[in-house]
Amino acid sequence: MTTPGHTGDGIPERPPVTERRLHPVTPFRRAWAPLAVLAGWAVHDPNGAQEQLTRLTGTMLLLGVAVLVPAAGLYGFLSWWFTHYAVTDTELRIRTGLLFRRTAHIRLERIQAVDVSRPLLARVAGVAKLRIDVVGTDDKDELAFLGEREARALRAELLARAAGFAPEAAREVGEAPARALLRVPPRELARSLVLTGATWGSLCAALVVPTVLWLATGNLWTVVASVVPLLGTAGASSVGRFVTEFDWTVSESPDGLRIDHGLLDRTHETVPPGRVQTVRIVEPLLWRGRGWVRVELDVAGSENSVLVPVAPRAVAEEVVARVLPGVTVPRELSPVPRRARWCVPVWWRGHRLAVTGTVFAARSGLLCRRLSLVPHAKVQSVRLTQGPWERRWGLADVHVDTGADKTVTARLRDAQDAARLLTEQAERSRTGRRSALPDRWMTTDMTTD
Amino acid sequence: METGSVTGSPEGAGAPAEQPVWRGLEPGLLRVRRLLLVVWTGVLAVAAGLLPGLFAGPAWAACALLPPAVAAWCWRLLERNWRSWRYTERADDLLISRGVLWREETVVPYGRMQLVEVTSGPLERRFGLATVQLHTAAAATDATVPGLDPAEAERLRDRLTELGEARSAGL
Repeated sequence: MTTPGHTGDGIPERPPVTERRLHPVTPFRRAWAPLAVLAGWAVHDPNGAQEQLTRLTGTMLLLGVAVLVPAAGLYGFLSWWFTHYAVTDTELRIRTGLLFRRTAHIRLERIQAVDVSRPLLARVAGVAKLRIDVVGTDDKDELAFLGEREARALRAELLARAAGFAPEAAREVGEAPARALLRVPPRELARSLVLTGATWGSLCAALVVPTVLWLATGNLWTVVASVVPLLGTAGASSVGRFVTEFDWTVSESPDGLRIDHGLLDRTHETVPPGRVQTVRIVEPLLWRGRGWVRVELDVAGSENSVLVPVAPRAVAEEVVARVLPGVTVPRELSPVPRRARWCVPVWWRGHRLAVTGTVFAARSGLLCRRLSLVPHAKVQSVRLTQGPWERRWGLADVHVDTGADKTVTARLRDAQDAARLLTEQAERSRTGRRSALPDRWMTTDMTTD
Repeated sequence: METGSVTGSPEGAGAPAEQPVWRGLEPGLLRVRRLLLVVWTGVLAVAAGLLPGLFAGPAWAACALLPPAVAAWCWRLLERNWRSWRYTERADDLLISRGVLWREETVVPYGRMQLVEVTSGPLERRFGLATVQLHTAAAATDATVPGLDPAEAERLRDRLTELGEARSAGL
């Protein structure tokens, strides 16, 4: 949540806040932008670029460089100079902007996740990006770049303060010890990607479409124009995913869940306890023989959605039990009535539902099964919908809305069951909250009702 | 209070929490919607009569009869839809039920409410109507009650805010 920079909240005595600046390497992060623009122009219009180059004289070139470089340097320096951040007892404040001032105050107890990411070039320079996910933050609210050690210390401090440690103690608490829950071996990851339909689908498309186009038009440029994006998609879904999901490690610490991954760009994400809104267990058709599953999770305000890229089912369920305390993945799912086949012809078999004391679990999909789990404490509202054709067959859908803007739907339930489910789910959603952790998870006296 | 259809226990406001009192919408909303229907039908009928009449021959001006025919059907649909809207404040949640063909029932626990909004456009104000909308942390929550008496809307807003504070739970 960001608030515009009002001067003073009416509280006269505030402890002085020490403001810090980002790492001095920051001004160079946009240094490639003018070069990229020039390169893009040269590629787009090669003849024009050559013409312009021949016309350029030595003095013109020197003059251009003499103006551009200091101007870019000055802009970079000033934007770095005017960016400050500070950690107070309750907030992270980011003050930035040369012409348009912008002040963001991010409330620490509302933290949904903290990401430290190190892109390849930043790793070479020994710096890292720190990003705090709060509902409503955008890309501007990340701290890029910080020294690597500083980023870690800041993450530990932010988490300690968010957890409810006293301000003096928060700095000394340091990094909470982490215990590895799961590590995905590269071989298993590679095999799982080979067994993914999307990889083969995009590869086939990349081969078939250009061939057909070549036979149909005989125009080389059409083929090139089609093959480049198709190969890009194929690469992103195979090699790209391998590089991103390489060395995927999930560990547990008192600060919450740690997810570290990446071959070139390393990402370290921390999700504090009680922030996970929904968990999905995805079971593609080709993985079922090996008993593998992928686990996805939704945290409000965070874009990362993968928890485990691939793991045997039993291991994945163990991780889920850690992420959602007290939750066991239900084994027995009740099928929908047989008459549902008149509403959804073949896929009706895929829809199943189970409600336990802690979660609402709905499964859908026939080839690629998705089991979505929502803890009752995370349910924001419950809806029942029924169309005319469904009413003809005495069926209804129950939707459960969560805070991560995800809706889990139990489709094609018997109408009377659905009506009962609606009232019961509302009741469970209300009572489920009582057992939930407080926002400041290290304090035990602040239990919410 | 003049409400569209009050079903449930006949005791009214003094009913215990176990027997929810369903409240309907103000008849004013139906009047507004029907008024809009008549106005648009008029515009469409003129257009449907004039254009074919001028370009294809005078006999085609009979097309002007088409929009009123559809409107007569919509006239009844509007009433059915208006009658289907109802809401009730239960002990711990607000229940909204609506729709004739596509039925939808929404339950929002008071503790999950982030914001209660009362809006009233110029036309709504002219007919003494207001809309109450509840927002939770989930954007999919579609809990809107249109066509309320402004006093009732304010009462509902205050009551929901009060109950929301007492049972606040957040994300």
